[in-house]
Amino acid sequence: MAGLEKKSTAFDDENLSGRSQKLFFDITEEENFTYYGNHEVDFNKRIEIDCEKLDGNQLNQKIRDALRDGYGSVVIKNPGAKHALGVGILNKLNLIFEGSLGYFGVGCIDGPTVRINGRVGWSCAENMMSGKVVVENNAGSCFGAALRGGDLIVKGNAGARTGIDMKGGTILIGGNAGAYTGFMMQRGRIIVCGDVSANMGDSMYDGIIFVGGEPKSLGTDCVEGEMNEHEVRWLEQKFKNAEIETKVPASKFKKYVAGRMLWNYDNLEPAEKKGILG
Amino acid sequence: MCGIAGVINKKKNVNVGEQMSLMLQGIKHRGPDSTGYAMYGKPKKDGFILRFKVSENVAEQSSSKAEDPEDLKDRKKQVDAIMKTHGAKITKQSNSTPYAFRYEFTYKSENLEELAKAIETVENTEILSIGKGLELIKDLGDATTVADQYGLNKFMGTHGIGHTRMATESDVDIKSAHPYWAFPYQDVAVVHNGQLTNYWGNRRILERSGYRFNSNCDSEIIAVYIADKMAKGIDLEQSMHDSLDELDGVFTYIVSTKDQLGMAKDHMAAKPMVIYEGEDIVACASEEVAIRNIFPHEIKTYDPYEAEVKVWQV
Repeated sequence: MAGLEKKSTAFDDENLSGRSQKLFFDITEEENFTYYGNHEVDFNKRIEIDCEKLDGNQLNQKIRDALRDGYGSVVIKNPGAKHALGVGILNKLNLIFEGSLGYFGVGCIDGPTVRINGRVGWSCAENMMSGKVVVENNAGSCFGAALRGGDLIVKGNAGARTGIDMKGGTILIGGNAGAYTGFMMQRGRIIVCGDVSANMGDSMYDGIIFVGGEPKSLGTDCVEGEMNEHEVRWLEQKFKNAEIETKVPASKFKKYVAGRMLWNYDNLEPAEKKGILG
Repeated sequence: MCGIAGVINKKKNVNVGEQMSLMLQGIKHRGPDSTGYAMYGKPKKDGFILRFKVSENVAEQSSSKAEDPEDLKDRKKQVDAIMKTHGAKITKQSNSTPYAFRYEFTYKSENLEELAKAIETVENTEILSIGKGLELIKDLGDATTVADQYGLNKFMGTHGIGHTRMATESDVDIKSAHPYWAFPYQDVAVVHNGQLTNYWGNRRILERSGYRFNSNCDSEIIAVYIADKMAKGIDLEQSMHDSLDELDGVFTYIVSTKDQLGMAKDHMAAKPMVIYEGEDIVACASEEVAIRNIFPHEIKTYDPYEAEVKVWQV
């Protein structure tokens, strides 16, 4: 906390009660400035959890119990495409799902590295803050909705509205993406190695969409931009890290950006803001 | 939010009743009000199978009111008399409830429209399906409840579709439950998840052409729309493609005929659908958990894209 001064806010005169934002971020009371659900874990400590007879809540509780006990590697057997598995993990963790997830898988996470050896349903990794999620098969619609940071990778195809409302981070799709990809995106990057369906980047405020194939059509406010060599190198690195082989080299990818000045943000990514606060 | 599912087994008869029951039970959270099945057994060479109801289920959650049991018996007698008058000979009959009946019958013609219209002149009587192989069963409750009630867990056949309904546009009753039979076409049924925004306009057009509507449920129009297209000689796949432009709204639907199963998704891709295509079986559903109930091992599934139509053959 050193170097930061407590600033007056508009809320100072209000009589707040309960777990308010004021108390949560009060830097003069360090004991209150904790990150809920954060545990020291050892990546060499491994546990397997069989999800066959568990529902989403029960499995998520077991993952939290494992974190509390210091397990840094958690393997989930038989996830069976159930909904809302692995959500709300605010910790470093090596999490592996031996199968497919249903809706809202690994949503609202901050920090874990997740590998899903299967497919994911709608809204995978929604609101992810940081970390890395790799999906080995296909993804449903709203993949990475409202993503704020981290890397979200799918080796196969992704559905409609991929990256809708995203505010940071990177989504990498090895195959094709559906209609309205990048709809209302405000920041961050989407990379689609294959083709994209209609209305790509519709109503986008900011951010970049890289496409290896062809978009069927561009949405309102989305225009083609000019790729620079830094971006080509960045793409090459992303493909290498994700172990994705593309049909065309990174230099042949096309870049799409917002065509109008619709935003009024500062220059910090949400993850960077969190770094300063921490 | 409703749940839809379909399964087609290529070139073999299996326990499709159990398959559908398991799939629909997997998505019962998407629609707790009613469950419906449209399943296809071995097609009859001679005669037809008729499923009809003469009243509603008046269980606690129902929007319907109880009727005098004698009225129900009287309506059944009227149906029997009408069939006799029209030369339809009932060869087998059974019922699982006081209001829903299954008949096997022979008839002089392949055109059943006149007979169907006559049967539906009986008060509160609705034909659920007529076909060579189609049997359409729908009632209040979840998939297991309906399957147990009607003995569907041993239904042998090739394919089927089903629906778990959350009532939003109309009442909690059997007539608003899916699937819908494409009156008066044999062996055609539809299940739908979504909302149609130009329902009333299209309904008026189809009613002027002589089609009947039994409910105010927007989904019924898809079955009638497909029936109208097929009456004009347009095949199933093209009819479904046409529907994407002519029916407005957000929807995904599954349609089945005596030897085909098809799915269509609207231009916005707003409603979910997951498909598994195996060598000898294709299964599709609103959620993968439904498919997983018949494939416990890992399988490769995918979401169809917007404005996509797919048709599979038995």
